[in-house]
Amino acid sequence: MTAATANPAGTGPSGRLWHRASLLIPAAGAGLTLFALWELAVRALDIQEFLLPKPSSIAEALVDNWTEVEGLATVSLREAGWNTTVIAFTGLLIGVMLGALLALLATRYVRVGQTITPFAVAANATPIIALAPIFNAWFGITSAVSNQAVVVVVVFFPVFVNTARGLLEVEPDQLELMRSYGASDMSVLRQVRIPNAIPFFLTSLRLAAPLSVIAAIVAEYFGGPQDRLGPVITQNASFARYDVAWAAIVVASAVGLVLFGLAVALERVAMPWRRPAEVL
Amino acid sequence: MGSVSGDGTAIVIDAVDKTFNVGSASAIEALQGIDLAIEPGEFVSLIGPSGCGKSTLLRLVADLVTPTAGAIEVFGKPAKQARLDRDYGMAFQSAGLFSWRKVARNIELPLELMGWSKGEREARSDEMLEMVRLAGFGNHYPWQLSGGMQQRVAIARALSFRPKLLLMDEPFGALDEMTREHMQDELLELVAELGTTVLFVTHSISEATFLSDRVVVLSPRPGRIHEIIDVPLGSERDDDTREDETFFKCATEVREALRHVGDEG
Repeated sequence: MTAATANPAGTGPSGRLWHRASLLIPAAGAGLTLFALWELAVRALDIQEFLLPKPSSIAEALVDNWTEVEGLATVSLREAGWNTTVIAFTGLLIGVMLGALLALLATRYVRVGQTITPFAVAANATPIIALAPIFNAWFGITSAVSNQAVVVVVVFFPVFVNTARGLLEVEPDQLELMRSYGASDMSVLRQVRIPNAIPFFLTSLRLAAPLSVIAAIVAEYFGGPQDRLGPVITQNASFARYDVAWAAIVVASAVGLVLFGLAVALERVAMPWRRPAEVL
Repeated sequence: MGSVSGDGTAIVIDAVDKTFNVGSASAIEALQGIDLAIEPGEFVSLIGPSGCGKSTLLRLVADLVTPTAGAIEVFGKPAKQARLDRDYGMAFQSAGLFSWRKVARNIELPLELMGWSKGEREARSDEMLEMVRLAGFGNHYPWQLSGGMQQRVAIARALSFRPKLLLMDEPFGALDEMTREHMQDELLELVAELGTTVLFVTHSISEATFLSDRVVVLSPRPGRIHEIIDVPLGSERDDDTREDETFFKCATEVREALRHVGDEG
């Protein structure tokens, strides 16, 4: 792999892009090596496919089931992946807005803060997944709303806590400065607290985005519509079609990566003042 | 701005006491019996051992802290009214710039709060950038500037709305010696040009002596005015002033006063 270093970091936008892409080479190389070792190990040690399918079998199952509905399945992987993405994404959106909004209220009004915070902490200490069967009872076992509700509750807490910290941890000098101008509470909120909270909020988004996919799939294990990644994984696993189950897991992790990527992209747009060193 | 006439006294501090946490076991008597009058256009420094309440005294004038006893008038009005009328600008040791605002928009912050139009704000921030020798840096973010440059922005922000009074709390405390002296020269030019009255907190003897018309030496807690030293160096001060005989004489007086209050404490 010595050719990788042949092109030095050039000037101009295309050179920069190439330089960026070249930063991914070590990770890509490591990934490929891992898959190759996996493939070799399964073949050499003659591991049963139901214990650990070869990457090539998983890839094959992914291609075969991407748009086709095979055997016992009720949906293609593409459709199941899309349906789960919709649940994860809408749940994420609602949970994030709720978290940010309540953080704003809780830090602005002491009473509200004292009321909400214990509930938020209790919600966080609860293994949310334990709520999934209860939500099924509330919103109906075949309803997607129960899955969505799990995502909302899981996502809410990191956003609430981080945003609240950002709103409160303001430099004292900046507050004194605003006071010296006779600025109103509303001005302090708009000019100091909210901008100060933006990096905190965006960091919580990076945490929440992949969490939303995990929450959606685990919730789907317990009920809701069957044309989702969760049921596809459990059903195929119970019929010993492990290659398809693994293929569904690959789709799930791809969805998680995409949502994470969106969070990172938002960071670049929403924080033009960040230092280059903070970019990651 | 207000209709306060240029004559009269800029700041009158009348028999001011300040105790924090009054009535509790952790009560701290920060200042005691402070009387001080500052004339318009004067440059006065507060100096004293750490914890003597010099920053508290500055904050009392700024109405960021209220006195336990006594009264403070700024341009003939109660300190609170002066604050609400935006009669003073303020600068701290940490530049306190807003990292999310570009340099020009940091300078424009007070103007924005005062409801100036965009055009007026931009014209003024350009002018201020010129004055603090940062023309061309308006579109940078604060992190792209050195400590000295950031402090210049903070001063430009404090003076952007042309307040008649500038309150500064160790603004050059975090800078290296050379930058510091350079900033002192610039500050004197700036306030001379604008005719600004300055109340300046520092713990540097040479800084206080070089900048001030009068140096107020405070005793350790509870802070009282121990001595006020006149610095008759005139209004034209430059690098040669730092080697002037009068400068050394005054710096020595300040040093001896400080040593004296140190022994007392």
